[in-house]
Amino acid sequence: MLQLFNWLIKTFPSLASHQELTAFVLFIILGLLVLTFAAVVAGSLTYFERKVAARIQSRMGPIEIGLGGYIQWVADAIKLLLKEDIIPENVDKILFRLAPYFAFLGAGLTYLVLPFSEKLILADLNVGVLYFLAVSSITVIGILMAGWASYNKWSLIGGIRSAAQIVSYEIPSALAVLPVVLYAGSLSTQDVVRAQAGWAGFHWMIFQNPFIFISFFVFFISMLAENNRIPFDLPEAESELVAGYNTEYSGMRFAMFFLAEYSNVFILSAFAVTLFLGGWQPLFGLSLKIPGTAVDLWKLFSFFFKTSIMVFLVLTIRWTLPRVRIDQLMGLCWKYLVPIAFFDLFGVMFWMVL
Amino acid sequence: MSLTRSEEWYLNMGPHHPSTHGVLRFVVKSDGEVIDEVKPDIGFLHRGIEKIAERLEYNQIIPYYDRVDYLAAFNASWSYVMAVEKLLGIEVPPRAEYIRVILGELNRIISHLISVGSFALDMGAVTPFTWAIREREVVNDIFEMVTGSRLTYNFPRIGGVYQDVPEGFREKVLQFCEYFPPKLKEFNDLITYQKIFIHRLANVAVITPEQAIAFGLTGPNLRGSGIKYDLRKNRPYSVYSEFEFDIPVGTGEAGTLGDAYDRYMVRIREMEESCKIIKQAIEKMPDGPVRAKVPRKLKPPVGDVYAATEAPRGELGVHLISDGSSRPYRMKIRTGSFAAMSIVNEVSHGLMIADLVALIGSLDVIAPEIDR
Repeated sequence: MLQLFNWLIKTFPSLASHQELTAFVLFIILGLLVLTFAAVVAGSLTYFERKVAARIQSRMGPIEIGLGGYIQWVADAIKLLLKEDIIPENVDKILFRLAPYFAFLGAGLTYLVLPFSEKLILADLNVGVLYFLAVSSITVIGILMAGWASYNKWSLIGGIRSAAQIVSYEIPSALAVLPVVLYAGSLSTQDVVRAQAGWAGFHWMIFQNPFIFISFFVFFISMLAENNRIPFDLPEAESELVAGYNTEYSGMRFAMFFLAEYSNVFILSAFAVTLFLGGWQPLFGLSLKIPGTAVDLWKLFSFFFKTSIMVFLVLTIRWTLPRVRIDQLMGLCWKYLVPIAFFDLFGVMFWMVL
Repeated sequence: MSLTRSEEWYLNMGPHHPSTHGVLRFVVKSDGEVIDEVKPDIGFLHRGIEKIAERLEYNQIIPYYDRVDYLAAFNASWSYVMAVEKLLGIEVPPRAEYIRVILGELNRIISHLISVGSFALDMGAVTPFTWAIREREVVNDIFEMVTGSRLTYNFPRIGGVYQDVPEGFREKVLQFCEYFPPKLKEFNDLITYQKIFIHRLANVAVITPEQAIAFGLTGPNLRGSGIKYDLRKNRPYSVYSEFEFDIPVGTGEAGTLGDAYDRYMVRIREMEESCKIIKQAIEKMPDGPVRAKVPRKLKPPVGDVYAATEAPRGELGVHLISDGSSRPYRMKIRTGSFAAMSIVNEVSHGLMIADLVALIGSLDVIAPEIDR
């Protein structure tokens, strides 16, 4: 983003006298772009998920509306937008209205440090990984707010479950990321990806070290739990808590929760790819002789291709497994994932020292 | 230092809760997630079938029995016609008995399919349910072919069944018997032996054999507690004594005897046994009439009679009292779900909310059978 800003100033010298204004406008434009991107990704994901689910359950899935049913998600969004905005009696109105945006904020902000390609990143922060871990848990505030403000016992249980779950699973997920950071020697997401350069994926983090290989699974499981995906979707367990924290929501506010959930699926997969599976490092090395722009496009494609596979994995898990119970969830976190993550961390440390 | 104090609250579960299988209501007194007490509140689906029957002729009552248990409509109406036949002393032709057995067992299979499927749904797995529905459709087609309807068949008649089975019935049923066991294995691979699923159900909501007897549980719920009691074997009615089949009972394979997993497994195994019975019945099916000669106006002698069949949800018994007129003086229906509901409070103390869902699902209660 800084490069873009400097480039703008250089090419249009008249902007140099209004630097603050230029920066402000640039931020807004980029922010809107990110929002649009998030919405399109989340929308496409709903279509993808419904198709995958349909295939697993021997159904058809959406087929009616445009492009083999792809436009379905636009229709759904429009329907939700046009719905009556219901705020039940006795709810805490301010919190009730704020909650969906907080839920989305956690997902939306992480796009900032997501390296789509070598040059395509919004902000290459030098604490990118830390930033990602920090921001992604803002979602829990939104969910807790929604649960509390809804004036509904089922929502409240959902909110409390979510708080307990996300706070607990922060620890193994952070611990599982640390070996990668140690290996890359940097907290910047771009540097982590650069550290994985090499032929045909043998230098991806996951293959560099047996401990990181285990860490990947710890990270993946805890990210599933952090994003309330089956088998850890307790905050919205529909057969236990009706719909959990979003029971009382409808219309656009519900759509925001939905958006946050599906953005999170993408973010979870994208970060798993970035940190462990080579990020935008081009597939099959770069033995091919192709000109500069095509290389960038190939990198972008590699990133999205790997991310799609991870997304597919997440969706397949969702439509296959049943849900765990809350005590089993906590047991898994504290009895297994945290010790394993610690073990990995020390393992990597010793590996690097020796 | 102040002591942390937790307050108990009341949760209102139902009647519009996704996992209460129809319109049941539970008033749950819980401390956070841990349940202290559950009060089932029934009666949302009470239609007064027993009272309505007192104003109807004997053969007009049959369709009402399809609505007693809509998932196993055939088994329910079978109980009723058996009671009336006993009251009148009518001999049912053997072919009719065989048709009843085949349809009854097919009905048991699809009822159990819905049961295990929706149980998996309660546990958070959606796919097993759609797979179960897919298999159920095949049987629904057979029922449509024989009876003309897919859910409430209204097929048994006093003294037999409504009509003979159509051509191609034998092939279709045999085809299903070939088709079903591999599909059931597929289903088991997907969910039954799934580790998370087993961990969710093992040692949860344990009903001891003593409790099961004390609360009058019947059917798979009783057998899940390890008691080998099945009306088809212990008090053989119809032509069941001619078939060879096992009665699956709970063994506590995952945890404790009588836990939710045992009850679930009994249903899975019963489907296999039903398949066996159907195969034998279709091979042995004799020719002949399908309905005994029964007078148009039924006037049973004064007296009372109790007849029961082993329905998918336990003993479905009918107690008929006749005063010699063409209408029953009193009709009492005994259903398995009603007895199963009474045990919910007994075993739910100390469970979590997620376990309560498992308990209700494993008891396989459905609202119309509880309320009639």
